[in-house]
Amino acid sequence: MSLATLRRRFLDGETTPSEALANLAEEITSRDPQTGAYLSYDLDLALKVAAEADLSKPLGGLPIGIKDNINTLGQPCTCGSYFLAKNYISPYDSTVIRKLKEAGAIPFGRMNMDEFAMGSATENSALQPTRNPHDPSRIPGGSSGGSAAAVADGTAFAALGSDTGGSIRQPASHCGVVGLKPTYGRVSRFGLVAFASSLDQIGPLTRTVDDAALILQTIAGHDPQDSTTLDEPVPDYTAEINLGVKGLRLGIPKEYFGEGIYPGVRENIENRIKQLEDLGAEIVPVSLPHTEHAVATYYVIAPAEASSNLSRFDGIRYGNRAVNPADIIDLYHQSREHGFGPEVKRRIILGTYVLSSGYYDAYYTRAQKVRALITLDFKRAFESVDAIISPVAPTPARKIGACADDPLEDYLADIFTIPANLAGIPGMSVPCGTTSFDGSDDLPVGIQILAPHLGEAMMLRVAKAVEGLALA
Amino acid sequence: MSHDPIDVRYVAKLARLDLTEAEVTVFQSQLDAILGHVESLSAIDLPDGFDGVENTRLGPMRDDQPHTSLAPDAVLLNAPDQAQSQIRVPKVVADA
Repeated sequence: MSLATLRRRFLDGETTPSEALANLAEEITSRDPQTGAYLSYDLDLALKVAAEADLSKPLGGLPIGIKDNINTLGQPCTCGSYFLAKNYISPYDSTVIRKLKEAGAIPFGRMNMDEFAMGSATENSALQPTRNPHDPSRIPGGSSGGSAAAVADGTAFAALGSDTGGSIRQPASHCGVVGLKPTYGRVSRFGLVAFASSLDQIGPLTRTVDDAALILQTIAGHDPQDSTTLDEPVPDYTAEINLGVKGLRLGIPKEYFGEGIYPGVRENIENRIKQLEDLGAEIVPVSLPHTEHAVATYYVIAPAEASSNLSRFDGIRYGNRAVNPADIIDLYHQSREHGFGPEVKRRIILGTYVLSSGYYDAYYTRAQKVRALITLDFKRAFESVDAIISPVAPTPARKIGACADDPLEDYLADIFTIPANLAGIPGMSVPCGTTSFDGSDDLPVGIQILAPHLGEAMMLRVAKAVEGLALA
Repeated sequence: MSHDPIDVRYVAKLARLDLTEAEVTVFQSQLDAILGHVESLSAIDLPDGFDGVENTRLGPMRDDQPHTSLAPDAVLLNAPDQAQSQIRVPKVVADA
């Protein structure tokens, strides 16, 4: 059931927020032991809030799952890490949580994730794996894998995630739900535990495009507590959402349709493109010539920022602290060594290396310049098209453990999602079909819609048209 | 761009990480492979005088003014060790 449907049932008196929460808790009890999407939830607290819900508000009484790296007052915020798992309780609300609460929503449940959002499988959670509801032998994608899996599994109506290199869109694609990464600066990052500050954005994972617009409408906007938020008006994201694609120019980047795409993915995407053309869209070939360098650029910039951001986890103010250290330096070393998992350590070391004396210009400065080229690619492409269409991921969800010893192989699979983060533009994943893959049938495939800077309304309009095709 | 083999133990020390021998061995090969991929950036032709920073500037800096922050009680809520309303840490200054 979508948020919009649930809200209508509240307003029609067919059910109440308390009943909806109680039913949701039963679904979680029944199915989540297999899926592992939830790290924790506080039903008693949520029921108290639900009893007082103001149904006149846009999200009145609607429960929304929260990725476990978004601070919510009085709740855990583990980031999928031992470092914060035992003894950290959020002392404040993130801006997005404050806005959800003001709109009447009930933040309910802490969703599993790759540790500190570093990963694309949710296998890097130090606390538990999450399984894909469509095939429990497969990953849900990541890092917002708990959010995507719960929405797909019917154990959440909607959820928030965060996207640094595809961490909303890729799990949405693998789980068959809608995922939206806003323009960099459209949504406040205040209270989101920082991974890579120039790339991170919070966004919704939902069952419908309308629900994604509803949540974005609530959480978007300037925030004095995040100086990178854009002081631009938030448009009505539903105003033009049903206008269709007739007359729109949709760009197809040749670099996103080369070798390495699984045939079942390509077939689904190309079928949808043909159908959009039949609806009156003009299909325009475009080129994003620096796409092939996006992964290398990302794996300099993101670890560099992560190594700086994660220096705050020193065992002094919160989280894991070593027992009986020899001195304060030993406290730092031991607290971090035992608190972080292997993927986090690997990226901290990589980031420290590319920022170190003698290597900074060769790696970091160089990567920033290539990032600018990738940004310029998009600016040029959007001079001639309204939106860009591509796959989200080269393949459907892989088997759990298939890339355990080769992180580079997993990194390379993010080739279609990373460029939007580097350029700061918005991107969405919308379900567009299923395919057989590697011995499994009916695995979801997502189609990616990219739009210019602050072009969320256009992106949602195209997404709604794609969703209509899937439902037809 | 030179791709010198990364000295994993030394860089980990800079990052305040005490790695085990097994971790050093695994990370050495994995990080060499990742840096080998990253090396492709050095082959890209950049326009003369191209300023990447200018083209990726993402927003204004916050005014350098004090703002309300967390109350001391909220800060101490998660402190692993505290005394007299302060966070307690091992001795930092060595004995004379």
